[in-house]
Amino acid sequence: MEANLAVRMVNITKTFSHVVANNNITLEIRRGEILSLLGENGSGKTTLMNMLSGIYFPDSGQIYVNGEEVSIASPKDALDLHIGMIHQHFKLVDVFTAAENIILGLNEKAVLDLNGVRRAVKEICDRYGFVIDPDKKVYDMSVSEKQTLEIVKVLYRGADILILDEPTAVLTPQETEKLFAVMRNMKADGKSIVIITHKLHEVMEISDRVAVLRKGEYIGEVPTSQTNPQQLTDMMVGKATTLNIGRPEPNGLTERLIVKNLTVKDADGVKKLSNVSFTAYGGEILGIAGISGSGQRELLEAIAGLQDPEEGSSIMFIPPDKEASELVGRDPEDIYKSGVGLAFVPEDRFGMGLVGSMDLVDNIMLRSYKSGKSPIADRKHPRERANKIVEDLEVVTPGLGTPLRRLSGGNVQKILVGREIAAEPSLLMTAYAVRGLDINTSYTIYHLLNEQKAKGAAVIYVGEDLDVLLELCDRIVVLCAGRVSGIVNGRSTRKEEVGLLMTRLSGKENANE
Amino acid sequence: MSQIVSLFQAAVYFGTVILFGAVGEILAEKSGNLNLGVPGIMYMGGIAGLIAAFLYENGTANPVPAVAILVTLAAAFVMSMIGGLIYSVLTITLRANQNVTGLTLTIFGSGFANLFGGNLNKMAGGAGQISVAFTSGVYRTKIPFLSDSTGVFGEMFFFYGFLAYVAIIVALAVKWFLNRTSVGLNLRAVGENPATADAAGINVTKYKYVATCVGAGISGLGGLYYTMDYIKGTWATDGSIEKLGWLAVALVIFATWKPNRAIWGAYLFGLLSWVYYYLPGLTRSSQEIFKMLPYVVTLLVLIVVSLRRSKESQPPASLGLAYFREDR
Repeated sequence: MEANLAVRMVNITKTFSHVVANNNITLEIRRGEILSLLGENGSGKTTLMNMLSGIYFPDSGQIYVNGEEVSIASPKDALDLHIGMIHQHFKLVDVFTAAENIILGLNEKAVLDLNGVRRAVKEICDRYGFVIDPDKKVYDMSVSEKQTLEIVKVLYRGADILILDEPTAVLTPQETEKLFAVMRNMKADGKSIVIITHKLHEVMEISDRVAVLRKGEYIGEVPTSQTNPQQLTDMMVGKATTLNIGRPEPNGLTERLIVKNLTVKDADGVKKLSNVSFTAYGGEILGIAGISGSGQRELLEAIAGLQDPEEGSSIMFIPPDKEASELVGRDPEDIYKSGVGLAFVPEDRFGMGLVGSMDLVDNIMLRSYKSGKSPIADRKHPRERANKIVEDLEVVTPGLGTPLRRLSGGNVQKILVGREIAAEPSLLMTAYAVRGLDINTSYTIYHLLNEQKAKGAAVIYVGEDLDVLLELCDRIVVLCAGRVSGIVNGRSTRKEEVGLLMTRLSGKENANE
Repeated sequence: MSQIVSLFQAAVYFGTVILFGAVGEILAEKSGNLNLGVPGIMYMGGIAGLIAAFLYENGTANPVPAVAILVTLAAAFVMSMIGGLIYSVLTITLRANQNVTGLTLTIFGSGFANLFGGNLNKMAGGAGQISVAFTSGVYRTKIPFLSDSTGVFGEMFFFYGFLAYVAIIVALAVKWFLNRTSVGLNLRAVGENPATADAAGINVTKYKYVATCVGAGISGLGGLYYTMDYIKGTWATDGSIEKLGWLAVALVIFATWKPNRAIWGAYLFGLLSWVYYYLPGLTRSSQEIFKMLPYVVTLLVLIVVSLRRSKESQPPASLGLAYFREDR
C-alpha cells in the first residue's frame, strides 16, 4: 500500500431498504490533497462519506485508515481516527458560544476552561487564516461564520482528514473564495480534504483529483489537471437511457401561467429565486430541471401562494374561460376560493400534502371540508371520491379507514396525486412525484400526468431524473442557483445540454456571475 | 413591624418548598424532559420522609437527631428518584408523551402518598393525626444563638430549619454546575440539541436519565420540607402539596430556567401567596383574588419574555421532545 494514502475504502456497499445507495465502491484519499467527490443528487456521495464519519455503518466492505483496517461505528470513533466531517446541516447549539460548541462533549477538564479554549482557537485561526470570535453566540452568526466554527471545531478535535459536504451551497462568492484559501492552507499543512460538490467550476478551481459517482456506482477518477468540465459532466450524467414513457403531442396549447421576474428571498434574506420568467401552457407538460435546492421548491410554493415574492414579481394565471388573475400577494385560501383550479403535489408528502395519522376519507376532505353550507362536514362525497381513487389508481389499502402513514410510499403518492387531479385542475404542479416509488407506480403517475395534459391542463413537473424529464416533458425549464439558465425543447434537447445548463456552464449563465 | 416579619417568614417557608421543586425541575428540563410530575414527586418525597420518621421514632427508644435526619432525607430522596425513574423509563426509553406521563405521575404520586398518609393517621391511634414531633423538631431547629440574639434581623434570616438554607445552596450549586462544568455544558447541549450532543459523543440517554432522576430527588426534598417543617411533621390529605407543586413548575418558567433567579422568585411567590393573610379587611372571596397573584405574575413574565424574544430566556430548544437517533 502506498505510504501517502490516508484512507482507503474498499468494496463499500450500503443499502437503505431496497435502494442501493453505494454499490461496491472503492475510493482512496491521499495525504495533503484536495479530492472532489462529484455526482448528481442521490448519487451516493454523502452516504459514502457518512460511513467514513461514523453516521452510517457499511453493509459490506473495508475501511483502512493509515493502512490499518478500522471499524467506525460513531462520529466519536471517526474523530479518534482524526476524521472530521462538516455536514450541510450544522451540528451546533444555538444558544452556546463558539468556544462552548468547540469543547462540547470533550470533558477535557471537570470545570470549564474557556480561556484555554480561546487560546487554542486563536492558534488554529492564525495558522489557517480563519477569523472567529470565541465568545460570539451561534444565533448571532452568519451561515459562513457557523461553517467556519464547524471547521475549527473538527480541527480542535485533531482532525487530519476533513470532509466538507457541499460547503459552498450556502456561501456568497466572496465567502467561497475565503473558504478555498483556508482549504489551500490546510492542504499545505498536510491535511487531506474531501469536498462533496456538484459545482464543476469549483471542482476545477480547488481540487487536485476528482472522483465521480453516479446512481450509487463509482464511475472513475481523474486528476483535475487532465480533465475538463465537459468530460466531468459526461461522467456525472452518463449516457441517455430509453425508458419508453409515452409523450403524446400537445394540442390546443393555450397560455395558462405567465411567470415574470419572480424573485423570492428566504427568512435570512438570501435570494432563492431571482428574476425567473417563463410561461406554462395548457395541454403540455413543462419540466423543471436543476440540482436540488436551485429554487424548485420556492418556485412551486410561490405559485401556490405559500411564499411572499419580492416587489416586481408577477405570476399571472389564466384559467380557461375565465379572467386572468394575479397570484402574487394572495394566500392559498384566497386562491382556492376564487376557484382558479390550481393543484399542488408537494415534495414533502406528509409535511404539506397529507396528514399521516388521518385516513383516506379525511385526507380527501382536506380539499373539500369548506364546501356546502351546513356546519356539519359532508363525508358522503369524499367517501365516494376516495373509493374512486382506490379503484382507478389501484391503491393497495386495508380499507378507507386506515391511517395513511401505514400505507407504502407508492400508495400514498397515488392518493395524493389522485386527490389533486380529482378536482380537475387547470394547472397541476408536482414536485418529485415519483421519488421513492417503484417502476410500475412511477409509470402510473406518468400516465396520470399525460391524461391531465390531454384534458388541457398545464402540468408542471419538477423532477430529478433527467432521463424521465427528457422523455415525459414537452419543454424543460432548467434552474441553476435560483435563475433560469435555459428553456429547452424536450424532444430535441440532449441530456448533456441539460446537464451543462444545470451546472452553470452556458455562456448566458456565466455572464450572470 | 411584627406583621412584616411574620409575612417575610411565611414567604420563606412557602418559598423553600417550591424552590426545591423548581430547582429539581430546572435540572430535568435542561435535559429536555418537561416533567409535569413534580407535584406527584413532591408527594412521594413527603410521604416517604414521614414514613421513615414514623418508623424510626416508633422503633427506637432514644432517637438521635442526626440519624433521624439522615434516614428521612435518604428516604425522601430515593423515593422521589424512583418517581423520576418511572418518568424516565416511560419518556426516554419507551418514548411516551412527556405531558401525559408527567400528569399521570402527579395523579399517581398524590394517590400513593394519601393512601399511606391516611393509613399512617390510622396507625397513629385513630383519634387524631400522625405526628412525628421529634424528627419535625429537629428539622425546625433554628440557627442557635443568631436567631434570638440579633433582634428583627435574626427573626428574618436565622429563624428557619436547615433545609431552608440547603435549598439556596442547592440552587446556587445547580447554577454553578450548569454554567461552569463540562458535564453541565453537555447536559445543556442535550436539552438544546440532542442530535448535536449525540454527534459530539455525549450519551444522550444517560444524561437524560441522570438529570431527570437527580432533579426528581431535589424536587422531592420540597415535599419533605413541607411535611417536616411547613406542617410540622403531620399529614394533610387536602391536596396542598399539589398546589405547591404546580407553583414550582410555574416558578421554573418565572425564573426562565435559571436557578439563581428561582431563589428570589420563590420568596416572591411566597410573599404573593400569603399577602392576603396580612391585608386587613379582606373577605373570603376577595382573598381568593390575592391568592391568584403568583399565577398572574407568571403569566406576565411569559408575556414579557415572549415579547422580548431574548434567546437567553427561552426554554431548552428540545424541551418536551423525545430523541431517537434514527430521526436525523
